[in-house]
Amino acid sequence: MKILTVQNLSKSFGGIHANRDISFDVEEGSILGVIGPNGAGKSTLFDLITGFTKADTGKVKFFDKDIFGISPDKISNLGVGRTFQKLKPFADQTLLENVMIGAFVKEKDIKRARDRALEIIDFVDLIEKRHHFAKELSTGQRKRLEMARAMAIDPKLLLMDEVTGGVDQKTIPGLVELVKKLKKTGVTIITIEHNINIIMEISDNVLALDQGKRIAFGEPKEIQNNKQVIDAYLGTFDAA
Amino acid sequence: MDSKLAIAKSEPIWNTNIRVLSIIAGLIILLFALPLFGMNSFYLHLFIMIFMHAVMAQSWNVIAGFSGQISLGHGAFFGIGAYATSFFYMEYGVTPWISIFFGMFVSAIFAVLIGIPMLRLSGHYFAIATLLIGISFQVVFQRWDLVGAASGLWVTMTPEDSWSALQFHTSKAPYYYVFLIFFLITFFLVWLLSRSKLGYRLRAVRDDPQAALSLCINVSNYKIIAYVISAIIMAPMGSLFAQYILIIDPDRVFNIEISIIVLLITVLGGIGNVWGPIIGAAILVPISEYSRIYLGGTGGAVDLIFYGLILMIICIFRPNGLISFIPKDILERKKQQ
Repeated sequence: MKILTVQNLSKSFGGIHANRDISFDVEEGSILGVIGPNGAGKSTLFDLITGFTKADTGKVKFFDKDIFGISPDKISNLGVGRTFQKLKPFADQTLLENVMIGAFVKEKDIKRARDRALEIIDFVDLIEKRHHFAKELSTGQRKRLEMARAMAIDPKLLLMDEVTGGVDQKTIPGLVELVKKLKKTGVTIITIEHNINIIMEISDNVLALDQGKRIAFGEPKEIQNNKQVIDAYLGTFDAA
Repeated sequence: MDSKLAIAKSEPIWNTNIRVLSIIAGLIILLFALPLFGMNSFYLHLFIMIFMHAVMAQSWNVIAGFSGQISLGHGAFFGIGAYATSFFYMEYGVTPWISIFFGMFVSAIFAVLIGIPMLRLSGHYFAIATLLIGISFQVVFQRWDLVGAASGLWVTMTPEDSWSALQFHTSKAPYYYVFLIFFLITFFLVWLLSRSKLGYRLRAVRDDPQAALSLCINVSNYKIIAYVISAIIMAPMGSLFAQYILIIDPDRVFNIEISIIVLLITVLGGIGNVWGPIIGAAILVPISEYSRIYLGGTGGAVDLIFYGLILMIICIFRPNGLISFIPKDILERKKQQ
């Protein structure tokens, strides 16, 4: 079943075409990897889907519901969670408080919201840091915080902008494992990722963008061998 | 269940430090007992002003500290509260105990009317807009004949002390208790607010509106809610102040200084913290009152110089306010390593 259908989505900022006529589908329970060089329009695409930026034209359907032009809070309320490329933790609040804010979407009672937040914090392996302020956490831990906070709203679809961006090499495998663990819970994931090896490892499908346009969409192996993708992004990609 | 998770779930929801609670309980008892020890009129007045300013600062703390919107026209709600009580008492004989609620209601309505367009602005723009709104209330009331225009309202005095008219001429002690009770109720309710779902969501709006939107929080609505709550807290102080001094005019109750002082008190004590306004008021109000006594007519300006100096020192050395002198483990749950 298709959880997300994007049709002919376009957005320009002045004379710059951030996204041009982009279309793709996402199957429920799958992981879609989004790749492309810097400035390809990946984060803008996330902003258009989640309502943070209003698209000029196009259609976005979440299951059967048209979510084009709807405000971000309403879209998230339907079950679309997201993280941000530039991390946005509530810095002066603890990790637990950060996640509780998300948990309040499903749990009205403070004790239940807290228990739910703790379960999610445990899921992302940060239970011992629950009382630390977000500003005290490392970048990798803040990535986990954002994932936990987004999960707390019980999303059906989770958009993650550069899960492994800006973290050291030792931290990356843990974050990748966490994404795989997340997938096992049944949540559908769209992830922007610059590390091509990771994208090929975790994705069921890959969407490649360049200069705001879709240049390829398909299974990782197809994308890996797509000439346009190689020219625009992969270069001499070592498949091994 | 994972043992670490089980331990985390078994923790109390709130960090209840018995020693701190005992100190608070002791202070409350002491505050109720103080007038019984023959406090003179000046000290009763001093405490009344501390209670009043602490509540006013707490009102500002809700909009600025909890939801992150810097309002510079909050004195407008103080003035609305003052006029609502005095006007309805004088014109229709309505007891201030009822018209206090009317003042709160009118303030809430104005907060919605002002908030809907204004809260679309952010940062400095919102602050400047509220500053102008605050001044415009003063200008309107200076020209509004129904409420006495620039001369204001002289509340009809009762021949004797009257609880129903909220007028006490023989002693300030009843006023002391009225202000104290409002102070305690307000702080308790704001304390509850800070620990409620609404409180969590307001802090999310303050810290990062975009992240808040991604968590199903309608940022505009929550800003308006905070503004309305803030106005509802401010208005009763105007009402009680009017009954305390029995004469109000636009220069006094819509004065821009009110909006500035509540800001100073909150920033000094600790913005965004429920205890900050108490600490700020307990320090700044005595400075204001003593400078007025010892420096006479010029005191009004000298206290502002003191405020400025103290604030500069605090901003340089303690940007989180005086509350940051209190050890963190008293205010927050201890961190687990």
